[in-house]
Amino acid sequence: MHELSIVMHVAKTIDELAEENQLAKIGSVTLQVGEVSGIVTDYFVDCWNYFKRKHPLLVDSELKLETIHAVTFCEDCKQDYETVRFGRICPYCGSEHTYLLTGNECIIKEIEAE
Amino acid sequence: MRTIELHKSVTESNDRDAERLRSELLEKGVLLVNLMSAAGSGKTTLLSRIIGDIGQKVRIAVLEADIEASVDAERIEALGARSIQVHTDGMCHMDAGMTETGLREMGLDGIDLVFLENIGNLICPAEYDTGAGLNIMISSLPEGDDKPLKYPLMFQTSQALVLSKIDTASYFHFDMDKFIARVRFLNPTIHIFPVSAKTGEGMEALEDYLLEQTKAWKEKGSHA
Repeated sequence: MHELSIVMHVAKTIDELAEENQLAKIGSVTLQVGEVSGIVTDYFVDCWNYFKRKHPLLVDSELKLETIHAVTFCEDCKQDYETVRFGRICPYCGSEHTYLLTGNECIIKEIEAE
Repeated sequence: MRTIELHKSVTESNDRDAERLRSELLEKGVLLVNLMSAAGSGKTTLLSRIIGDIGQKVRIAVLEADIEASVDAERIEALGARSIQVHTDGMCHMDAGMTETGLREMGLDGIDLVFLENIGNLICPAEYDTGAGLNIMISSLPEGDDKPLKYPLMFQTSQALVLSKIDTASYFHFDMDKFIARVRFLNPTIHIFPVSAKTGEGMEALEDYLLEQTKAWKEKGSHA
C-alpha cells in the first residue's frame, strides 16, 4: 500500500516537470532509496509497473533504483556505524543517543525524457 | 532523450501543498488537527466525547479518512457535528492534496476546529504533512508501553500525545513511567494527556488544551 502511494507522489512530481518543460515521453526515472526508508523495492517495482500502464507519460519508462547506505551517528562517542547491522544502539559504546545520518531518503535523482 | 537532474525528495511536492493549505487555514482562522493512531485506539470514541463536551464552545467538524466504509462519519454525524467521509481507495495515509479536497467538499464556513481522523496506521501518516496546524497522536494503553520504541517517528512529529483507554489499566502490564520516559526521550516537548473517553478521566485537560490551541491559532491568523 505504502509503495503505491509513493509511486503516485513520484508520478505527480514528474507530471509537473513534464508540463513545465513540455516533455512528451519519459524514458527512465532514477530514484535513490535509503536502506531504512521502509520502502520494499520489490513491491515498489511491481507498483511502478502497475501504475505506469495507466499513465501515458510513463508507459514506456524504465525505473532505476539506487540504494543509499544507512549510517547512524553516536552523539556520545562521536562515531558512525552501519544502521542495518547494529540498529539504534551504538556498537562502540552502547549508547542510545544516536541518530540517523543517511538512509531514510527517497529522492528522485534524475529522469531521461524527450 | 535528454537527462534532467532533479534531486528532489518524493515528499517535496506534498510539503509544498501542505504549506499552502496551512497558510490558507490560518487566514481563515480554522485550526486543522491531524489525529493519528493505530487502528482501534479509540479515535472516533474520543472525538465523540470531545464533541459532546466542548461542541458548544467551538464549532467542530470532522474529516473521516478510511480506506473504505462510512461507519465513522455516521457516528460523528449522529452527534450533530459536520463531517465528511474520505475514502483513500487503498492508500495508507492522507496527503495534503486529499485533505484539501475533503475540506473543500465539506465546507469550512462557521467552523473553528477540524479534526482529520487519519488512516489507522502508525507508520506513513507520520511521513506525510497534511497541512494541519497541530499533530496529535493517540496511543491506547492496551497497545503497550513499548510503542515509542517501535514507531519513533510518529512520537517525534506530534505536538501532543493522548494516552487513551486508561480505565483498562488493571487488565494490562503497562508501565506508565517507562512509557513517559520513552516518549520524552524521543520528544522532550510533547504534551501528554492520559485519558479515558469512557469515564471522562483526564478529558478536561485535553479539552482545555484544544480550546487554547484553537484560540491561539485564530489570534495568530488575525495578525498574519
